[in-house]
Amino acid sequence: MSTTKHPSVLAQTVSTPVILIGGLALIAVLTWAFGSNIFGRTVTEMFIRVALVVGMFTFIGNSGVISFGHAGFMCIGAYGSAWLTIPPMMKKVLLPGLSPMLANAELTFFLSLIIASLFAGVIAFAVGLILMRLSGIASSIATFAMLAVINTIYSNWGPVTGGTSSVVGIPITTGVWISFGGAAAAVVIAYLYGISRSGLALRAGRDEAVAAAASGVDIYRERLIAFTISGALCGMAGVLYAHFLGVVNPDAFYLGVTFISLSMLVVGGMSSLSGAVIGVVLISAIIELLRKMEKGITVGEGTLSLPNGIQEIAIGVVMIVILMFRPGGLTGGAELSLTRTSANDGYSKKDQGSGNHPDNKPRR
Amino acid sequence: MTAVLQILFDALSVGSIYALGALGIALIFGVMRLVNFAHGDYIAFCVFAMLWPSLDVVAIVFIGNLPWFLLIPVILGIGAGLSIISEILVFRRLRDANPATMMITSFALGFVIHNVLLMFYSSRPKAINLWSNLSLPVEIMGARIPLLQVITIVMTIVILLALVTFLRRTQFGVEMRAAAEDFTMARMLGVKANRVIMAAFGVSGALASCIALILATQTGVADINMGLPVMLVAFVATVIGGLGSLHGAVIAGFLIGGVSVLLQVFLPLEARPFRDAFVYSAVIASLLWRPQGLFAPKSSKERV
Repeated sequence: MSTTKHPSVLAQTVSTPVILIGGLALIAVLTWAFGSNIFGRTVTEMFIRVALVVGMFTFIGNSGVISFGHAGFMCIGAYGSAWLTIPPMMKKVLLPGLSPMLANAELTFFLSLIIASLFAGVIAFAVGLILMRLSGIASSIATFAMLAVINTIYSNWGPVTGGTSSVVGIPITTGVWISFGGAAAAVVIAYLYGISRSGLALRAGRDEAVAAAASGVDIYRERLIAFTISGALCGMAGVLYAHFLGVVNPDAFYLGVTFISLSMLVVGGMSSLSGAVIGVVLISAIIELLRKMEKGITVGEGTLSLPNGIQEIAIGVVMIVILMFRPGGLTGGAELSLTRTSANDGYSKKDQGSGNHPDNKPRR
Repeated sequence: MTAVLQILFDALSVGSIYALGALGIALIFGVMRLVNFAHGDYIAFCVFAMLWPSLDVVAIVFIGNLPWFLLIPVILGIGAGLSIISEILVFRRLRDANPATMMITSFALGFVIHNVLLMFYSSRPKAINLWSNLSLPVEIMGARIPLLQVITIVMTIVILLALVTFLRRTQFGVEMRAAAEDFTMARMLGVKANRVIMAAFGVSGALASCIALILATQTGVADINMGLPVMLVAFVATVIGGLGSLHGAVIAGFLIGGVSVLLQVFLPLEARPFRDAFVYSAVIASLLWRPQGLFAPKSSKERV
């Protein structure tokens, strides 16, 4: 990548994923050492969210295009793994419409994880071929339309997906460590993509579309690559989720999850990998804390508890307040890093409009 | 003939609701590039406002029992008020933020409103008996059409005409249209930003309450989630119509209503559950054909 005197991109930035994974590992170790069973489940769910939001970041953060569709890839991954791992006996009853090859398959979790994630990636590639031609708000709406299409299909294609009823019998394998592994893998892949030629070119296109195109960046192609990778990562998150709950249902992968994960991304700071991870960890922590307070905490002699329903209201208010005071998200687009030059590839603090930053041009 | 008429009325009445919703979203988008995801919750809030001040499980309609000439202005006022308050408290501070931040903030605001309603009224839908005699059918050229459908369509046309007059003939309206076209330029020419943005929020909120009145009469229930589907379609319609174009939003709203009614009628039976998949595929196709929207204003062209 670098033929100049500068240290390589890898050397400049590698501390970011190391710090992030280290932080997540610390949470995992603490949970393993001290946490209760229930707390373990909360942490597992958080790790799955990290994988999902980092997957979304791979596309949204690098391209600057908000996508409402990534929950769809999560859905595809989750159902893909359900098709591959539910025992054939159960599938005959639950999903009679499956093709014989799928109906007789009973793969191990890891094999299924890889295949189902790749499947989500392939679908993302196919959809991306069409959708990546669009940009800006038209692109966002098109991804939302895609999500609606996926949801309609999975909710109504009864013999293959079980319709709106839940598909049960998925082996439960996702625990704290496996979900941590998934989150860490997502961070590594997102990081490697971010410093790759394609990732840098895409970010150049995000900050200065015309200048980047004039310098030979094919924005359509780079977006398609990012969309495919992020689709596969979200698919992986879906697989982890399916094997965490043991049950899948199309509505689990619709608007609710779309909005909460987008919120986490934007609150963290949508143009940095650190922002994606921090957003998830922080909001999950606040939600958990409020949940605890709703149940009641002992203060001195009495218990203090919030009335039911306050938790959701409070989380909304917290998000609004954070965004009011830090419109660029908590990290403002900067990465956690050991070196001083944290905004090494031109992540702009202002998020928008400051396209004249000298570092924004793709380096060749 | 009667069947055609029936379909036409269905399409128009479904389209009216989408058109009103799209207009509400387009007005705000025009002046401050905000896609207001809280719009659906404004609708739900207005529906539940008819139950005030009772919080009982069995709905005791209080405001809803007012005679119509009082009820309509009260509900419109509540919608406009809620919308304006949210502008003052929340969105005013975010005017310079990027669109993603505003979008997520509006979503968070909607989430708060939703959960406030949930806390007071629980998630179980409640029966509202609002103007139930309106669902009696009337006969128009041989087709039996619920009176409400006719009223919905007529009301929508009246609202649209009133709005057109407002936008064309009044100072406010002209300012608002100028702002929607090119906000920076409008400000330079003396349009006051605060005033015009507040007016846009007010009108948008009032439109949300119109939808609330229609939906409550049509379905006879108050459900916390009732605004969401309308808001989503309206949002899509706004983009298809061309963001910033008010008449584009209205036409696209009617278009989506029409397409979904037609598909419902003409799709083969086994494909009918997948209707929404077809509708949204059409949306994607329309965006690919005209990424700037069907009726994009000139100002929406990107400049280098």
